[in-house]
Amino acid sequence: MTSRTSFWTTLTDPLIRQNPVTLQILGICSALAVTTTLATAVTMSVSLTIVLTLAAGIISVIRMHIPDTIRLIVQIVIVASLVIVIDQILQAYFADISRALSVYVGLITTNCLVLGRTEAYARYHAPWPSMIDAFGNGLGYSFVLIVIGTIRELFGQGQLFGVQVLPLADEGGWFTPLGLMLLAPSAFFLLGGLVWVVRSVWSEQAEPPEHSPPLRPEPIE
Amino acid sequence: MSDAWSFFLFAAFVDNMPLTLFLGLCTFLALSRRTESAIGLGIAMIGVLGVTVPLNYLIYQGLLAPGAWVWAGQPDLDLSYLALIAFIGVIAATVQLLEMLLDRYFPAIHAAFGVFLPLLTVQCAILAGSLFMVERQYTLTESAIFGVGSGVGFAVAVIMLSAIRARLSYADLPAGLRGLGIAFILTGLLSLGFASFAQMAASP
Repeated sequence: MTSRTSFWTTLTDPLIRQNPVTLQILGICSALAVTTTLATAVTMSVSLTIVLTLAAGIISVIRMHIPDTIRLIVQIVIVASLVIVIDQILQAYFADISRALSVYVGLITTNCLVLGRTEAYARYHAPWPSMIDAFGNGLGYSFVLIVIGTIRELFGQGQLFGVQVLPLADEGGWFTPLGLMLLAPSAFFLLGGLVWVVRSVWSEQAEPPEHSPPLRPEPIE
Repeated sequence: MSDAWSFFLFAAFVDNMPLTLFLGLCTFLALSRRTESAIGLGIAMIGVLGVTVPLNYLIYQGLLAPGAWVWAGQPDLDLSYLALIAFIGVIAATVQLLEMLLDRYFPAIHAAFGVFLPLLTVQCAILAGSLFMVERQYTLTESAIFGVGSGVGFAVAVIMLSAIRARLSYADLPAGLRGLGIAFILTGLLSLGFASFAQMAASP
């Protein structure tokens, strides 16, 4: 394998084939809460990708010096510092979105995706591949967020990025917004459906059944 | 008294961590395969949330909030931006301490759900409990009730989900829906059920 293909596979594998959300069950917590509108979903995706990439780079640079026993604390402190910086930037320049995201930006700190990647990958690899891996995982996460955010905002309010796309029935159009799309349950249903679609197309991702149905006994002649 | 009780119900059911606020879903889904592990996780959540939220309240009000250093002649000092690191530190330390205490004095309990404790350091719901406490400006009593209440809400939800999943593991589902897919849809249905609690709280 040449280094070029490995670069591409490291970057593109997490997009769908190794998607952190649909396959590895990482980082779901925030993935659903911020997807009522596309703007918050995109902000969250960008913030997470930046934090993840930088954290992976930093941890990978000092990976030889972190004592094994306190590595979790060290990683969390690094991630938390990055998150504080992002949070302050958002509060300063995007006050509206920052208010809409409420505590969820702070929760990037405990996003399992960040610690999962630093723990599983950045701790054993050189800075450059770790950052590519982290960036790829950030993109995979963003992909899921943007798909769900688009569906929820489009059908919940008829808008995309706050711009009216489907004319509302109240204002002489034909579209009646689905209030359910803005509530919590729809996010679960949509993500469940997305997992189903992804795993049906890439069938090797499907989980094996926990119990196989008992074989029907041969009818006795 | 009834105020405290209704606030407890609010924290446990209306503001249910996994089902309404999407918090702590990673462990919620990963550990709801079997009922035993779900019960262990639920108990650990109640314990850790009940301890860390009031503890973080004391630390926030005593050291970080704007004006907390008036006695030292620093009335303008505002350290609230350090809250995230402080909270994470407190949570990590509490979890570690809890694990060591359990290991020393209750080895049976430790063997049963000690494995879930380290996971809770990076649990969104636990950190969120403390962050909500700051954002909504709870008092010490309120934050204690909120901590225990949201822990109980989490435990109820995760045990219910695990019971349903245990039944469904015998069902013949489409291949792509097995495991994670159906778990999401079940969570959505549970979440619909819990949404009715929000109505209940609004009515009296």
